Amino acid sequence: MAKHATPMLDELESGPWPSFVSDIKQEAANRAANPKKLDYQIQQDCLEDLLGLVELSYKEKETHWKHGGIVGVFGYGGGVIGRYCDQPEMFPGVAAFHTMRVAQPSGKYYDTKFLRTLCDIWDLRGSGMTNMHGSTGDIVLLGTQTPQLEEIFWQLTHEMKNDLGGSGSNLRTPAACLGMSRCEYACYNTQDMCYQLTMDYQDELHRPAFPYKFKFKFDGCPNGCVCAMARSDFAVIGTWKDDIKIDNEKVKAYVAGAIKPNAGAHAGRDWGKFDIEKEVIARCPSKCMKWDGSKLSIKTSECVRCMHCINTMPQALHIGDERGASILVGAKAPVVDGAQMGSVLIPFISCEAPYDDIKEVIEKIWDWWMEEGKNRERVGETMKRLSFQKLLEATETEAQACQVKNPRTNPFIFFKESEVPGGWSRDLAAFRQRHQR
Amino acid sequence: MAATVTDQEKQAVVDFLKGKSAAKSKFYFNDFLPLFPDKKPREVKKILTALVDDQTMEYWSSGSTTMYGLKGAGKQSHAEGED
Repeated sequence: MAKHATPMLDELESGPWPSFVSDIKQEAANRAANPKKLDYQIQQDCLEDLLGLVELSYKEKETHWKHGGIVGVFGYGGGVIGRYCDQPEMFPGVAAFHTMRVAQPSGKYYDTKFLRTLCDIWDLRGSGMTNMHGSTGDIVLLGTQTPQLEEIFWQLTHEMKNDLGGSGSNLRTPAACLGMSRCEYACYNTQDMCYQLTMDYQDELHRPAFPYKFKFKFDGCPNGCVCAMARSDFAVIGTWKDDIKIDNEKVKAYVAGAIKPNAGAHAGRDWGKFDIEKEVIARCPSKCMKWDGSKLSIKTSECVRCMHCINTMPQALHIGDERGASILVGAKAPVVDGAQMGSVLIPFISCEAPYDDIKEVIEKIWDWWMEEGKNRERVGETMKRLSFQKLLEATETEAQACQVKNPRTNPFIFFKESEVPGGWSRDLAAFRQRHQR
Repeated sequence: MAATVTDQEKQAVVDFLKGKSAAKSKFYFNDFLPLFPDKKPREVKKILTALVDDQTMEYWSSGSTTMYGLKGAGKQSHAEGED
């Protein structure tokens, strides 16, 4: 019989969707049975207490978790999030129930040894409950106590050659798409860049000094499998400069129905015969494509690299050869000012290791944001408050048309002295030769 | 890294925290910048990191935000048995 009655939580198991309540009950039953005869280092029935605590919160419509904490591993300012409940006598198993964030392998490639070792550590020293993965991408280990933190950290670093992720006012655990390991659209080596920048910015990852969180994400192409443009303060999104490569014989094969569009995806129902005009040409957001019945042409200067045509006819179209990335800055979820997508700062940048060009931009942004950012202000909010122009100045980036979201409504331009040839001083005698009083 | 931090710089931070201890026990990183007007934020970070490394200061984290305080200061430290 359950330690605490949970009638409200039980209702959450009745729907057709997967239930976190069922998952917690399953692990609670497993801990009670203890088939591996583990010497659990935190309470065996902690998950029973967790269910009881959540039931109480549902009943009272109030959280019983306190706000934050001071726990961590020595020298690290992130990776551990202190969680304490305010009813420790009633629910001793979750009196302290800290979260640990663990850096996910790049591209989330695991082998079973890694997963088994991780689960073995967490079964012994934690609640056994995980979140694969958190919003930022980390492996999230939910529920342990302070004396276990250093033990877990030692095992993670020494046995698994892994590390804690970012939390708090730190650089958060960087995330990358699968990139060149699986994908023919990758315009640069996302996993290598992600790994290199993670290693280079260890201090920023583990010792907090930013006004708020800061996220890197690396998408190999504009398909955006890690949603860098929407989810990261600093998004590196693969792109190319030259023409999309077209194999017109393959285009004809798609039109004739010899090749399934979208690589056979969306095959669950009959969508009718493939219609290139309707499904590709008309859907091009910048209307840069033309199909004359035998030849497909694309006006590259108008192409916005949306990937739709390439995704629809992957055997016929391919990304260009002059590859690099665009850098977008300032995406964030709501808190202040609502959600925000990233804004283009650098339309094209080389992505050759060791990525010094990219790091130069990053460090200029950090220097500016650390000086100008308010407490708990994301860089996108600082950018919005002080203007995109200030970010251009801070990063020493020339203004370009592609950075303009919409035409300005104020026709006046206030130039700085440094922007005007000769500054504010002038040769009055020469002026008077040209202009009478 | 810590070798570049002087005792006077560390003491300035400790004095600031002790001076404010009646009102607050946790501070944002930006709160320390005015103590060192000639230093860039990254240099100030080195001072705070050195104080955390020698266990004079400690981090407090809500999960989304991190603050700094003197080790053991504040109600939470005592209440949670972490001091």
